[in-house]
Amino acid sequence: MFMKRLLANDRGGRILLSALLLISVAVVASNRLLPEASWLHVPTYTVTLLGKYLCYALLAVSVDLAWGYLGILSLGHGAFFALGGYAMGMYLMRQIGDRGVYGNSELPDFMVFLNWQELPWFWHGFDQFWFAALMVLLVPGVLAFAFGWLAFRSRVTGVYLSIITQALTYALMLAFFRNEMGFGGNNGLTDFKDMLGFSLQADSTRIGLFIASAVALAAGYLLCRSVTNSRLGRVSVAIRDSEDRVRFIGYRVEKIKLAVFTLSAVLAGLAGALYVPQVGIINPNEFAPLNSIEAVVWVAIGGRGTLFGAVVGALLVNYGKSYFTAAMPEAWLFALGAIFVLATLFLPRGIAGLFSRRQAGDESGSSALSPPPAPSSDGDPQGAKHRSSPDSVTDSPANTATAPMSPLAQEARS
Amino acid sequence: MNAQGYAPSWLNRDEVFEFLKPAASTRLDLRHNCILYIEDLNVSFDGFKAISNLNLYIEPGELRCIIGPNGAGKTTMMDIITGKTRPDSGKAFFGQRIDLLKMNEAQIAEAGIGRKFQKPTVFEELSVFENLELAMAGDKAVWSTYRARLSGEQMDRIDETLALIGLENDRWLRAGILSHGQKQWLEIGMLLMQNPKLLLVDEPVAGMTHQEMDRTGELLTSLAGERSVVVVEHDMDFVRSIARTVTVLHQGSVLAEGSMDQVQSDPRVIEVYLGE
Repeated sequence: MFMKRLLANDRGGRILLSALLLISVAVVASNRLLPEASWLHVPTYTVTLLGKYLCYALLAVSVDLAWGYLGILSLGHGAFFALGGYAMGMYLMRQIGDRGVYGNSELPDFMVFLNWQELPWFWHGFDQFWFAALMVLLVPGVLAFAFGWLAFRSRVTGVYLSIITQALTYALMLAFFRNEMGFGGNNGLTDFKDMLGFSLQADSTRIGLFIASAVALAAGYLLCRSVTNSRLGRVSVAIRDSEDRVRFIGYRVEKIKLAVFTLSAVLAGLAGALYVPQVGIINPNEFAPLNSIEAVVWVAIGGRGTLFGAVVGALLVNYGKSYFTAAMPEAWLFALGAIFVLATLFLPRGIAGLFSRRQAGDESGSSALSPPPAPSSDGDPQGAKHRSSPDSVTDSPANTATAPMSPLAQEARS
Repeated sequence: MNAQGYAPSWLNRDEVFEFLKPAASTRLDLRHNCILYIEDLNVSFDGFKAISNLNLYIEPGELRCIIGPNGAGKTTMMDIITGKTRPDSGKAFFGQRIDLLKMNEAQIAEAGIGRKFQKPTVFEELSVFENLELAMAGDKAVWSTYRARLSGEQMDRIDETLALIGLENDRWLRAGILSHGQKQWLEIGMLLMQNPKLLLVDEPVAGMTHQEMDRTGELLTSLAGERSVVVVEHDMDFVRSIARTVTVLHQGSVLAEGSMDQVQSDPRVIEVYLGE
């Protein structure tokens, strides 16, 4: 019921979530039920790879919420992703116990190696899963809140804000590279053994993590959709397009930006936390500015401001990345650059834009950036008459003739 | 010099502590028959005096037109009233109690001052209906915005406004594809949804046909009375058709004030503005 209402005007979302459900079930069933010799069998390696893509997709959704709807081009979302990952990594480190190389049940290996005598204060509590899980959400959330509070209050916007977010993730990368920080320096955290008592090497755990990623993506998607469908989402779009005007009709722009940006950062942290046990390592390279920029590229290619486009973009680009880095490793960055340039030139609204342009003739002409009107008045008998005919939207030529400008070009202009 | 001169103000026992004083009332106090009170206002940008010793008093229910040549400080004055620009010195009060210089844009809007900009700024990616929905007066905190659902009553209000601004049949159109005149009207509609006590309207008829101008004039006249309306306009015919009191600004201060005929026969006004 709840989902039905959320997705009522979101055809892309309905298709996406159904596909996600079908593929997850199919992948898991084929992995568990079919013999390994069968050509339909999906090896566990592939399942984990898919799980990793799903985490990236959740990151992309969070970037799209901030960029596509709120207009904050964050070039530092990788930082929130990595912080969530580190929180999870710390829990996994503590689970190693005395099975490390040095057999020290109190200290992780790298601390023994550095001759540390006791656990630093910020590592306390991470042997408890609930605490780590809380930190996964809290640490990125608090950082985003503090950062946003300072930045939005001083009304830093546009390119300047993007540059600061980039600096934020870069500064964190440099900090985490230092051994003195107590997060394993440039080696990061690795050599994980188990999680909640399940061995990370076991196939069943890997499949469990894949399912958890799929569920997190679906839940994150629905949460973001509930925001974008609400009046808060419409205010966000208004802020994106004309921040000053929103102030003059009485909204506290800073608070709204802060709330949505923090939510976005928390989702990115969750994605990072699910990512780490699947790849088995977290190190400061996750903070690298390039990662954050890649996430923006996924969203741009998938279609900014649609949410489902972000998922599609993340999955496709990462599949391409896996393929290219195996087939011709040195060509990947060129391929990424080429995809981005071509997408900007020929698909200004991304893959989702292509999708909605083609269906514009037969369905309600919901161009990607302007969702069809959904006055949120369910259960209100008066609502029916007001919802009259969105068909009038379809007839207008200007609506189907989509914005000629690419999302990045719009960003640069503003 | 006694010791008290050096002591922090809270040691001053014959004064009420700052933090014990009641916060400035947000209720509009119109006892002195003055809704907007601007006194000795000064603003300069890089040495250029945009506003100098400006005094302006608007009565409740009044329709006031402000005219003046380019650069006279009309828009700057509106910026100050709505909190966009901070003056160097002077006072600006809304009613008797509400100090506009201590508030930000959103607080001022909430207190009951609505503004229509010179260049129509509507939210282009949202529909006409959604534009009005966002502007509607009400609780604008983050959580209540997230949970907000339109009630039947609010729907009716939006419908009324849609009818008033003549966009009933275009409610689901993207605001970005409206004509210039329609955008002007939509923005006036947004202003009405805010239910302000004081409307600041910057060049409402720019880009409108004569017919549209007449309708806008009627609308603004009908709004005055219940609310106060301040109109900044260049189009003299339009001003003549609606104005009761006209204020002429020149180089950041008031040059003349009175009815249109009085103002037009003022030699100083003729010199700087009308006589060109």
